[in-house]
Amino acid sequence: MTAEKTKRLKINKEWCKGCYICVEFCPANVLEIKDGKINIKNIDACIECSQCELRCPDYAIYLGGKKNEK
Amino acid sequence: MTNTLIENNFRTNRLPHIWCSGCGHGIIMRAITKAVDELGYNKDDVCVVSGIGCSSRAPGYMDFNTFHTLHGRALAYATGVKMAKPELKVIVVTGDGDCAAIGGNHLIHSARRNIDITTIVFNNNIYGMTGGQYSPTTPTGDKGTTAPFGNIDKNFDLCKLVQGAGATYVARSTAYHVNMITQQVKTGLENKGFSFIEAVSICPTYYGRKNKKGDAVSMMNYLKTNAVNVKAADKLPKEKIQGKFLIGEFYKSQEPEYTEEYQKIIDSFQKER
Repeated sequence: MTAEKTKRLKINKEWCKGCYICVEFCPANVLEIKDGKINIKNIDACIECSQCELRCPDYAIYLGGKKNEK
Repeated sequence: MTNTLIENNFRTNRLPHIWCSGCGHGIIMRAITKAVDELGYNKDDVCVVSGIGCSSRAPGYMDFNTFHTLHGRALAYATGVKMAKPELKVIVVTGDGDCAAIGGNHLIHSARRNIDITTIVFNNNIYGMTGGQYSPTTPTGDKGTTAPFGNIDKNFDLCKLVQGAGATYVARSTAYHVNMITQQVKTGLENKGFSFIEAVSICPTYYGRKNKKGDAVSMMNYLKTNAVNVKAADKLPKEKIQGKFLIGEFYKSQEPEYTEEYQKIIDSFQKER
């Protein structure tokens, strides 16, 4: 749980359509699809490169934090 | 619950959008919005115009002045907007069927006039919204619902077409090369004249399924491996670029812009009075 608080990766399952694009292009193998929606499998491996945010066609995954979040 | 770029520039109550799972249009729409955001334009000074088609649903989600018009006529409406309010930054979001088939004439004449409009074509090689009919950019031999044995037409190279018609900025990028789209849209918006950006998208639902191109991921990987930057293409041996397509900036020049020339005529008559 502590790791989850420090990493800024956020997901919005409601918008996810389960296309696997973020899973494929994540360089650290952090993500998986569970029950047709995006799921964070291994948050500790996240390097916060924001490739998933850049490539998500549905804006369902992003890096939070002060700069990127309201 | 979303990040600042989406929160500030999208009508989030309209999201999630209607596009299929794995459709490249969402990626391109975000890239365009990011370009406008990074240029720091006032949202009220931007007008996004679209026609009909999958791609043309985009302005419904973007929080600028937006205009959803008739099939193929986006550029005609955009010309009207630009003539009435030349200070607006006019962006046209259109698809390959919308701009190359029914709106083909509007496209070449807007380019010929060099009117200050930035056009982004979401090219998914097929008519997605109406059920997968082949479009003017469906590659020869590929299938659609109206070409079940393969398309015998030769496909348009939109960039060459528009460059030949007189556009002053012509570029191509893909849904995989996201940052390149953002960069090109920024250059296009800053260019005083007709800017044309072809964003190659993916349609896993129709084009992908009809042509056995696999799912969204394999179509994205296809874009990744088959796009060759125009800067590198000259240096590479011919066999290495065989069957691949070029991306990057093809043409950039400075020529008289249409609304400015029109204003000069108005000014000349006002002086006479």
